[in-house]
Amino acid sequence: MIVRELELDLDAFEGPFDLLLTLVLKEEVDLADVDVAGIVVRFVERLAEREKLDLDACGEFLVLVAALLELKARGLFEDEAAELADLGPEEAAEELARRLAEYRRMKEAAGWLAERLAAEGDRFFRLGPAPLAPALERRLAPQDPEALANVVRLLAAEPPAVSLAHMALRFPPVAQFLERFRALLSRRSRFDFDTEIDGLSRAEQAIAFLALLELRRANQISISQAAPFAPIRVSRVEQESAAVNERTHAWNVRSA
Amino acid sequence: MERPLRLVTANPLDQLARTLEALLVVASAPLPVEELAAAADDERERIELALGLLAERYHEGRSGIVLEAVAGGWAFRASREASEACGRLFERPVQRGLSQAALETLAIVAYLGPCTRPEIARIRGVAADSAVAGLVERGLITESGRDDGTGGAVRYRTTPMFERVFGLESLSQLPRLDDLPGDVDDLRERLHAVAEQRSA
Repeated sequence: MIVRELELDLDAFEGPFDLLLTLVLKEEVDLADVDVAGIVVRFVERLAEREKLDLDACGEFLVLVAALLELKARGLFEDEAAELADLGPEEAAEELARRLAEYRRMKEAAGWLAERLAAEGDRFFRLGPAPLAPALERRLAPQDPEALANVVRLLAAEPPAVSLAHMALRFPPVAQFLERFRALLSRRSRFDFDTEIDGLSRAEQAIAFLALLELRRANQISISQAAPFAPIRVSRVEQESAAVNERTHAWNVRSA
Repeated sequence: MERPLRLVTANPLDQLARTLEALLVVASAPLPVEELAAAADDERERIELALGLLAERYHEGRSGIVLEAVAGGWAFRASREASEACGRLFERPVQRGLSQAALETLAIVAYLGPCTRPEIARIRGVAADSAVAGLVERGLITESGRDDGTGGAVRYRTTPMFERVFGLESLSQLPRLDDLPGDVDDLRERLHAVAEQRSA
């Protein structure tokens, strides 16, 4: 197998491998766009098609791909290249000399250390874990134990009991309102419900309304309201008509 | 019989010296003067005087134990004449010598530390990973924070152990970098000579 004739089908390039190399070297193809892994996969596929391992081809391929990867890596990190590329020959030589001098000094220092180690290497001394550092002492201002006790005492005191008063709903008995409305109706033939319950709590108003319904059920009153949310007028039902109603009611029950 | 401190009357300085002696024999790492002063509850000047007394007593050729100022503090070590016997029983702190790569890396960290592996590699021209790992394992260098900026490579510095092994009182005892040969002019001339040869 000839590596250079390896047919490639990549996003950025389609054709033989050596043409790709030529184009890259002429900078007509941007290596950054070339999928090198794709080339490797294509080569491995071709290799697998053959029974015998072609070592020469593998070697050549490795060299070419390695070169390609190096070029690509340099292309991807242009700043690094610019750092040295921007230098003129004089500056480059200067930079190189500076680096070499730096390294040479360190080499000398290493030599000094080697001599020193040879001369001092026979030193024996106790080695061990770092000595127990004295625990960092937290210095506090002098404290009065009594003051601490007082504070603890404050904390230990029983907290005031939480009032649950708002949770208890007190319902006055319906009978109370029955009595009240009956007493009212014995004095007057009619009254205004809203005026009567004015100033009572919501719960009490609701109970009062239940009492009203109770009276209505017993046919002792009649209720009228001009319009929704208008004042409710309550009037006494005359005893006679009440009796009539009672009968009708009885009749109804019986006939049912 | 020689009485090293030859002090007949109870001298407070003598007493202080004995206290320091006790502290130093218990310690497994060099003790700085400040630490000794705090432990002995005495003034720094008197500690130094007492250390002077002790150093006179624990001196090479005079005692099997030698008191030395090392790694920023004071510590006992075995005398040189006993090193052979010590070597039969104990391992040297750096038993097998250091490779050239390790020595160069150690020099760079000692002079330029805290520095990172990329910085070491830049000076030496080759990767320093295994040399750095070996020195860390021997306890001669240790991690010391991270580089600022993205990536944040680990920085390395030398340890007190390094100073002890090399018998340095502090890093300032290393020869000055400027005194070491590394003449830029000489190198520059040689580079230019090579460049001219090539262009010719």
